[in-house]
Amino acid sequence: MTTAVDRPKTQSEIEAQQWLHMYRRMVMIRLFEEQVNDLYTRALMPGLAHLYIGEEAVAVGVCAALEPADYITSTHRGHGHCLAKGAALDRMFAELLGKEAGYCKGKGGSMHIADPDTGNLGANAIVGGSAGIATGAALSAKRLKTGQVAVCFFGDGALGQGLLYEVMNMASLWKLPVVYVCENNLYNEYTHNSETAAGDMLTRAIAFGLPALTVDGQDVRAVYQMAKTIVDRTRLGAGPTFLLCNTYRFMGHHVGDINREYYRSKQEEQMWKTERDPIHLLSDWMISQNLADRARFDQIRSEVKSEVEKAVQFAIAAPYPAPDKADQDVYA
Amino acid sequence: MPETRELTMAEAVREAMAEEMRRDPRVFICGEDIAEAGTVFKVLTGLVDEFGTERVLDTPISEAGFTGIAVGAAMTGMRPIVDIMFGDFSTLVMDQMVNQAAKVHYMSGGKWKVPMVMRATLGATRRSAAQHSQSLHAWFCHIPGLKVALPSTPYDAKGLLKSAIRDDNPVVFFEDKMMYKLKGSVPAEDYTIPFGVADVKREGTDITIVATSSMVQVALGAARMLEEHDISAEVIDPRTVWPLDEKALIASAKKTSRVIVVDEGYGRYGVTAEIASVIAEGAFFDLEAPVKRIGAMHVPIPFSPPLEDATVPNEQTVFEAAKALCGR
Repeated sequence: MTTAVDRPKTQSEIEAQQWLHMYRRMVMIRLFEEQVNDLYTRALMPGLAHLYIGEEAVAVGVCAALEPADYITSTHRGHGHCLAKGAALDRMFAELLGKEAGYCKGKGGSMHIADPDTGNLGANAIVGGSAGIATGAALSAKRLKTGQVAVCFFGDGALGQGLLYEVMNMASLWKLPVVYVCENNLYNEYTHNSETAAGDMLTRAIAFGLPALTVDGQDVRAVYQMAKTIVDRTRLGAGPTFLLCNTYRFMGHHVGDINREYYRSKQEEQMWKTERDPIHLLSDWMISQNLADRARFDQIRSEVKSEVEKAVQFAIAAPYPAPDKADQDVYA
Repeated sequence: MPETRELTMAEAVREAMAEEMRRDPRVFICGEDIAEAGTVFKVLTGLVDEFGTERVLDTPISEAGFTGIAVGAAMTGMRPIVDIMFGDFSTLVMDQMVNQAAKVHYMSGGKWKVPMVMRATLGATRRSAAQHSQSLHAWFCHIPGLKVALPSTPYDAKGLLKSAIRDDNPVVFFEDKMMYKLKGSVPAEDYTIPFGVADVKREGTDITIVATSSMVQVALGAARMLEEHDISAEVIDPRTVWPLDEKALIASAKKTSRVIVVDEGYGRYGVTAEIASVIAEGAFFDLEAPVKRIGAMHVPIPFSPPLEDATVPNEQTVFEAAKALCGR
């Protein structure tokens, strides 16, 4: 029985729902990171925080193309990847604050969130350090015939690490189901990559026989569509692919990196923030296509805001681990 | 009587791997020239015929890369054995072993596991000079999250390697490349040797010689020389330097009251330093003399045979040190 209420959805409605879901994820990452910035500047958060603000479309677009069982590895700038792969806000905040309820019982912190339940093999604080792990996960998937795909997220800074080239070579030789996603945010910490990366970035992967593609990393629809095509063919046994996502880090290298004019101009930052914000790009496009109205986006934003607030309250109230837990979990 | 055979160290190592690969399809080996070539020392000869090139996986000359791949494979359901041709090349895999393999379990709050083995060689006197002769096992002992095994006989090699492969943690397994042809009896039936259990290789009453890996045979030779001088030396091999059987070492020290520690790594900040300290703390009031340490000379390993030989402890150096410690 079909009524007006539960009539089958049209293609454009399904699509709209999909984009709204990605919008929600991007807003979740944005508000999470803004909250982290706030916690850090109020001295409530110990350690370091490398914010993902501005790059949300990469993590969300790529992870939307993955199955829950697929693997990811992440970086020091990893909160976005973890949330995009399905991490819960409250346990993320708890980990960042060093609480027992955190994903790693407070032992990993901001740069080491890991979660088997969402296929997150771990964020890694060694630049390029997880390239081997992601490739090894792809080897397991191939040997055990699980059909899983592994995605290795890294920044343009990792293009300076030899490990990446060693494992791309082996992934290509052995046709492993791994996607190398390079988030090119232009800066290796405080140094523009024109000073660190000679030649062309894509040809580095092409040299090993990998298909190498570029996408606008601020356009979540483009990232998703490209990632979906790549992930689907990877799952069918096509071997590894290299995907270069051009993006921008709106904030500093870490929260404490305030005065940045010695390595990039305020005008440059302003241009990206006003013209290339991935969240606005998506909502503006959906409005222009009559897929949603402004009120819908405001509603999502306010829902996510209260989720984030609830999660951060949980984390602040959560207890620290007892000091005698320090020597547990060293060995399995 | 259970059946035993005389096997070389290389055969014992190979047999351990073959048995574990038959027992568990998740076990595989990766490294350079390991398949048809069977490694430079021919330790793996024949394994590829039985297990194929997917489980005896030849890699490019990319130690960091294939070790990193092993870490990821171990986390996701496989049980890799990484073959590092010369222990000297472990410099190339340090990030993957120290920052990744050793820490994944802890950093993830105990959720991810890394059941892998890194096999490597140690030992000088093969006239291979400074980059193919070092004994760098102490580096790995310094890192929480890793275990380090140093077999000194074919029997120990097989039993310890099987334990290493079955362990849910990253284990670093060092074989003395000069001992691959050493023969010893090895039971035909399945057995394992638990980690953290020292083995008294020779009982004695006057002095304890704690010796590891390549130095166990040296210590036993020195003990025979000492016997001719009416000095009864006990030789004890910790077999794994982490976990370390502190209890057995301290007990032996208390029994004999004099101790020499011999290890082919460098003495400074090395295995001998740690063991000497454990014994000094645990048996201080039973000791008649300070614990004596003997390690490799603190120089890069030289090429020329008389130079190289001068850098490695031998039966004579251990014998003389023991005699002096006993006041003879």
